[in-house]
Amino acid sequence: MDFFGIPPQALFGQLLLGLINGAFYAMLSLGLAVIFGMLNIINFTHGAQYMMGAFAAYFLLQYTGLGYWWALLVAPIVVGITGMVIERLMLRHLYKLDHLYGLLLTFGLALIIQGLFQNEFGSSGLPYRIPPELTGGQNLGFMFLPNYRAWVVVVSLAICLATWFVIERTKLGSYLRAATENPALVQAFGINVPRMITLTYGAGVALAAFAGVLAAPIYQVSPLMGSNLIIIVFAVVVIGGMGSIMGAIVTGFGLGLIEGLTKVFYPQASATVIFVIMAIVLLIKPAGLFGRAR
Amino acid sequence: MPEPLLKVAGLNAFYGESHVLHGVDLEVRSGELVTLIGRNGAGKTTTLKSIVGMIADRRGSITLEGRELVDLASHRIARLGLAFCPEERGIFASLDVEENLMLPPEIAVGGMGLDDIFRLFPNLKERLKSQGTKLSGGEQQMLAIARILRTGARLLLLDEPTEGLAPVIIEQIGAAIGELKAKGFTILLVEQNFRFAAEVADRFYVMEHGRIVDEIGIADLDQRRSDIEAYLGV
Repeated sequence: MDFFGIPPQALFGQLLLGLINGAFYAMLSLGLAVIFGMLNIINFTHGAQYMMGAFAAYFLLQYTGLGYWWALLVAPIVVGITGMVIERLMLRHLYKLDHLYGLLLTFGLALIIQGLFQNEFGSSGLPYRIPPELTGGQNLGFMFLPNYRAWVVVVSLAICLATWFVIERTKLGSYLRAATENPALVQAFGINVPRMITLTYGAGVALAAFAGVLAAPIYQVSPLMGSNLIIIVFAVVVIGGMGSIMGAIVTGFGLGLIEGLTKVFYPQASATVIFVIMAIVLLIKPAGLFGRAR
Repeated sequence: MPEPLLKVAGLNAFYGESHVLHGVDLEVRSGELVTLIGRNGAGKTTTLKSIVGMIADRRGSITLEGRELVDLASHRIARLGLAFCPEERGIFASLDVEENLMLPPEIAVGGMGLDDIFRLFPNLKERLKSQGTKLSGGEQQMLAIARILRTGARLLLLDEPTEGLAPVIIEQIGAAIGELKAKGFTILLVEQNFRFAAEVADRFYVMEHGRIVDEIGIADLDQRRSDIEAYLGV
């Protein structure tokens, strides 16, 4: 049984790869959307923070013996705290300025962090093993599904939906949404908005670090793993639009799948298809598919 | 005479380089309804925003029950027992009516219960699941007032609650404000609509060019009507 002359193993294999990539696009663009909403800053350090999450997992294993499952918990907290320090010391001074200043500062920070890691660890990747519970895979008949990849798709989807739920359906989320619209008024109601902004940045960064830990066994742990990914993620964010949480999730997974399909049917375009879509979206709907014009 | 609930003395406020308030002095006693009147740009809204801490650059003294507020961040000020209803109403588009209503945290016991609030503003009860900004202007104003009644704040700062509303709605808002006063709320009101203010206020302060230039008690209102018309330029 073929689909347009494509063997099903190849088709589903690429769709799975697309779904995995999409899971990372979704988690990272979600963090960017949350941060942009509250801080008005386009967090270019996001890729470096994703990389720091993977390195945190590596260090935890090397120096403390804490394995993958602990890393999933500890790395986001540690990297999230570094994010909160950055927010308190640097980003806080930029909120009243144009987006551009935040973008430049976080871009500079990303280059510094990447440079430091590259200086220490070179550019080649460090290996990180798949945890023993998730090695192997399932033969589904039409394709072979590695357990770890299935896990990544499931857990990232769960994290994305949980984030959506917190923001859209809880009291805390109503504070966040309100403060995104009018922080001064929310603060005048008695809510400590500056602290909420710090915690939001920490949470967005922690989300990137969590994605970094998930990525460590798939891609190698390397100083440049974030910079390769973040450019695509920014295209995803532009396509989805900055305003919407669900938009970030849907666009992330959707574009991963489109990229996977492109690899099957027209591999030459697979590296550029997202940017082509971005250009078209910018021309037709500049605020993005799910974005609200600001 | 007891110490006033709110006392503002020598208040100066700045927006960047521009000096907006030039030494405002006013007092609001517990249970009173005091109205700030004056032309556009006289500094009425800035006075309210300075009291709640939304103007970062403010100097002088603002005390609530003797406690100095002028150096506090706005979320700390709110927690001491005052609540602000802004001129633009500040209804959040990404929140439904219920979320808007429940947004301000309770800062003290003794806030109004939802049943009392819905009795005051019955329209809101039917629209709880609507998007906040889908309400009519009058309903948004009711929502903006309703949400600060829950919190337990005793001092309400209301900035032009009648602006842009139809007469029948203004009447409803006026009745609600009268009821709040009867319930013992202390209210500092900013109003351009003098006829509305005259029906609810105990006392008036007149603002001009960032200063209080006159104070008029409700008893002197009839004698002073021509002065007031001159102040407001009507």
